[in-house]
Amino acid sequence: MKPLRYILIEMVQLIVVIAAAPAFVGWVDMLKCWSQGRASAGVLQPYRNIAKLFVKDVVLAGNASWIFRFTPYMVFGSAVVVGSVMPIISIDLFLAPSADIIVLIAVFATARFFIALAGMDIGTAFGGMGSSREMMIASLTEPAILMAIFTVSLAGRSTSLVHIVQSFASASLTLRPSIVFAAIAFIFVVIAEAGRVPVDNPSTHLELTMVHEAMILEYSGRHLALIQWGSMIRFFLFVTLGIACFLPWGIAATDSAGDIAISVFLLSLKLGVIGAVIVLIETGLAKMRLFRLTEFLGAAFLMATLGVISFFILE
Amino acid sequence: MNLQLLAQINSFLAALVLLTSFAMLSQRKINSLVTLFAWQGLFLSINTAVVGFVAAKHHLYISSLLTLSLKVILLPYILHVLVVRLKIRKEMETIVNIPTTMLIGIALVIFSYHLTAPVREMSTLITRSTLAVALATVMIGLLMMITRKHAVTQIIGFLAMENGLFFAATSATYGMPLVVELGVALDVLIAAFIFGIFFFQISTTFDSLSVEQMESLREDN
Repeated sequence: MKPLRYILIEMVQLIVVIAAAPAFVGWVDMLKCWSQGRASAGVLQPYRNIAKLFVKDVVLAGNASWIFRFTPYMVFGSAVVVGSVMPIISIDLFLAPSADIIVLIAVFATARFFIALAGMDIGTAFGGMGSSREMMIASLTEPAILMAIFTVSLAGRSTSLVHIVQSFASASLTLRPSIVFAAIAFIFVVIAEAGRVPVDNPSTHLELTMVHEAMILEYSGRHLALIQWGSMIRFFLFVTLGIACFLPWGIAATDSAGDIAISVFLLSLKLGVIGAVIVLIETGLAKMRLFRLTEFLGAAFLMATLGVISFFILE
Repeated sequence: MNLQLLAQINSFLAALVLLTSFAMLSQRKINSLVTLFAWQGLFLSINTAVVGFVAAKHHLYISSLLTLSLKVILLPYILHVLVVRLKIRKEMETIVNIPTTMLIGIALVIFSYHLTAPVREMSTLITRSTLAVALATVMIGLLMMITRKHAVTQIIGFLAMENGLFFAATSATYGMPLVVELGVALDVLIAAFIFGIFFFQISTTFDSLSVEQMESLREDN
């Protein structure tokens, strides 16, 4: 019975990740509409967008190479892989020991690499511009996120996410400056990685300042649907990675159905609150000039490094 | 309250002091710089009170109150009045760009950690681990004085250095004798007034508070 149970939990988690990611994005968008005094399209709008795109035909440029056609599946697939490995609703995951936290970041980076290649593949000016910006942002966020993760790994005494979650969820509540620094750095990085407001504006579609949208401008139909769904899952996963590292309380430690139900409920509660925090940050800030990003992400790197240092100095 | 929790609060406040010094290092606007300086003073003052409670040294309460009134209320007020009177509005330029300055700052923190490692080994006080932070605060204040061109910013760097020294005294030996602390506090206060007068003189002579202008005072060529 045990293997069947493992597969069942794995399936539940995958369904939660793939199905709930658009709802989370819809929730954030809805709160954002409310905070700006607009009428919102509801939580379900991202599902409708994806469904619409799946029905439409794919229009391919004549000179599109295999990279262009392969990238949507790569982006979606990598997001699903990470979603199946990360402990989101239960610690007792079948696939969790197969990869540690650094590998997960590397998988995300691979997806980003392909999407940047695909942006340049057709040879339009917008795509190349978006790719170059995306790579600049990536080169600044990746050191910061790795430093934040090193801090958490030092405190959890392992780079395996399961061990980190276990040690944090069982430890008594203590004031740890290193974890606070790492958490602040992580928030900065999530904003940059998800392309939210001070870094990139997710709601503009044709504007000179766009980053992510510029790369995927040539996509249409099911390709576009997969890329958008993939980036929603990516956003969702970054937030749940933050939850796993910094707010792991309530995650299911056993594989009983009751624990998992509580875990899913608490997860949705945490996601709801974090969505509200993201909206607060977004409405409070204006989009930054691209060359100011070095300071924003430099601050994230600084925070994360201070986290590592203060782990050694103060704890 | 148990000692464990107090030690945690102490190191957390130390982390906040370090954070404010980095925030000051990265801040361009002079008004925010003054506010950050006031926050640093507040964290320092709370920390002094906590150390005073842990060590049962009552004179630390007095120096905590002194820090509160001087560095959180009076000095920021004087600096604020200066900024308003001198009509400083535009953002300050730096000699080295800000991300590089922050990287140098991180290197300074690591350096001061290595420097204070032997003291940490020998000491038995619960505040011993914050000594590295205190030394780092001094060095970051110095770095701020070196990398900024504006006179008011340099003074804030100087005052941040003084904050670091005060913090070092609290964490290394549970504070200096009260007489010394009173003397230092008075010195800093007088210094702030003198700086204020200097600023007015500089700005009327050069029409600017950038210290680069003073190079024109040389006698040759």
